[in-house]
Amino acid sequence: MSIITYKEAVRQAMVEKMREDKKVFLMGEDIGVYGGAFGVSMGMLKEFGPERVLDTPMSEASFTGVGVGAAIMGMRPIVEIMFADFLTFSADQFANQAAKLRFMTGGQLKVSLVIRAPQGSGTGAAAHHSQNVEAWFFNIPGIKIVVPSNPYDAKGLLKSSIEDDNPVLFLEHKLLYNLKGEVPEEDYRVPIGKSRVARKGKDITIVATSIMVKRSLKAAEILEKEGIQAEIIDPRTLKPLDIYPIIESVKKTHRLLVVYEGCTTGGIGGEIISKVGESKAFLYLDAPLFRLGGLDTPIPYNMNLERKATPQVEDIVSKVKKIVKGDWYA
Amino acid sequence: MNTIPRELKLTMLKKMMLIRAFEEQAEKLFMKNLVHGTMHLSIGEEAVAVGAISALEKTDYISSTHRGHGHMIAKGGDVKKMFAEFLGKDTGYCHGRGGSMHIADASLRNLGATGIVGTGIPIATGAALALKMQRRKEVVLSFFGDGAANEGLFFESLNMATIWKLPEVFLCENNMYAMSSSVKRFIPTQNIADRAAAFGIPGVVVDGMDVIAVYNTTKTAVERARSGKGPTLIEAKTYRYKGHSKSDKNLYRTKEEIEEWKKRDPINTFKKHLLESGELTTEEINRLEESVKDEIKKGVEFAIKSPEPPIDSITKYVYVEGDEQ
Repeated sequence: MSIITYKEAVRQAMVEKMREDKKVFLMGEDIGVYGGAFGVSMGMLKEFGPERVLDTPMSEASFTGVGVGAAIMGMRPIVEIMFADFLTFSADQFANQAAKLRFMTGGQLKVSLVIRAPQGSGTGAAAHHSQNVEAWFFNIPGIKIVVPSNPYDAKGLLKSSIEDDNPVLFLEHKLLYNLKGEVPEEDYRVPIGKSRVARKGKDITIVATSIMVKRSLKAAEILEKEGIQAEIIDPRTLKPLDIYPIIESVKKTHRLLVVYEGCTTGGIGGEIISKVGESKAFLYLDAPLFRLGGLDTPIPYNMNLERKATPQVEDIVSKVKKIVKGDWYA
Repeated sequence: MNTIPRELKLTMLKKMMLIRAFEEQAEKLFMKNLVHGTMHLSIGEEAVAVGAISALEKTDYISSTHRGHGHMIAKGGDVKKMFAEFLGKDTGYCHGRGGSMHIADASLRNLGATGIVGTGIPIATGAALALKMQRRKEVVLSFFGDGAANEGLFFESLNMATIWKLPEVFLCENNMYAMSSSVKRFIPTQNIADRAAAFGIPGVVVDGMDVIAVYNTTKTAVERARSGKGPTLIEAKTYRYKGHSKSDKNLYRTKEEIEEWKKRDPINTFKKHLLESGELTTEEINRLEESVKDEIKKGVEFAIKSPEPPIDSITKYVYVEGDEQ
């Protein structure tokens, strides 16, 4: 085992896959000598050269499509979008082309493409550089969505994503880039579509993704002191969503809270709650099914406002207490 | 012109005739209510698809558009599977998932036909990038229309193909109208090919009603692309006789204008040329017509007799893992 950061984990996954497979290459804005806006690809240009660490012009809509075209030709491109917010430019190529080309051609084409993009708020970068975008792509069939919450998952899941024959949206979190964690020395994978129990508990199931796993774990420590045992499940991938362990957990704890950073309305919480509500776990419930998402507002610049816009540790603590104590609508 | 072997000229004529016959038959099937969806006919534009694709090696790639029947036939597509797809049958190229707009045969190195204008352009550029990275000698011929030339994707992709010197040919099929919008209204210069100047690459206007001219122009561009010098922008000026799609009532142009273009019909002109040069006899034309008719007839019969895709296979091909369904 070695202790590395989330950012290093992402880089290691790319570097190791690029050493192993000539078909893998990285493309995006300022990823070469600059090392990417967050330094994720720092040093990769030196090892792999400018063809495999390919700096692109500021043409997200088209270079995403270039990734699609290269993938069709048997390459395994990793397209870095500097900020997930810029995925609106890429949306057609990802949602209409990458996601559908295989289906529309009756299985003739294969789009082995990974799009990596950092998302999330907390950096004071305001509404164009802070959004959570998973919900924008959540209802597009034909793609996978991966949202790692720690270095181990980031490395293992990115390798699985690069090896996947379908288009994968790999959403990193900016505030997690410097998070440290244990990663095995040897080669390993984390499979796409498998959730993980991040903490065992009996009183409530918290489903949390990305940065919210970290915040929920902190909240659980506080709650434990007040006698509430929270079980935390990290789905790790949103598409496909590994719902079965969540259902089983709710059967045991009788309560559910979905915590996510994206805007509450139309977000992933609604879908997870629906799936649980439609399942047999419904018969075991001691409380309504709840979600705690970001406010339905663009991310503000001001630090206090920005904090308020997304769930913080204290918000999770207070929400869980209300659910467990029955103050549901207080 | 005389350097093109007679055999190739006859093949080109036959392919143009086959495209015309395919689309005329497609329209008949539509009128008979046998077609569930819409279609975009390229009648009048056959010389562009055939001239350009004939200038490629078999191993070269194309990317197609929503008006792509001609590209498929020119690349060697099987009329049976095309009609079957048109009728939504399981035996169609896309197992009834794509329909007219998405007919493509990847084994013939067609990278796909997209239904959203201009979106195939970056995909073609990506394929060209892959060819370069894989140190291969093939090129990509990217088809798009005058409408797509106003999409940002066109400028961005042409820029990338140029800075990276990719083995690609950009071929704009300017059929004078983006749906109802005349190029005169939405293209400020006389030629779309003039836009090449912004990238410092050759921009060539060619008569899209003249199959030999399209062939020669494309050949030069393909050679340039193959030799590592980068892309060429070709603008083939042509004309769509039929409406944009089935909803079109031709309110934006006159009958006279359509008739004027028909006088320069690419198939009639080419037949006349081959007869006059003595490369073809009337008898041979008749035989070609018979063989085309026969191919179309067999194609339609095959499509009509073919089974529908099984209902429970609906999610097949959404993900690679679903193929075993």
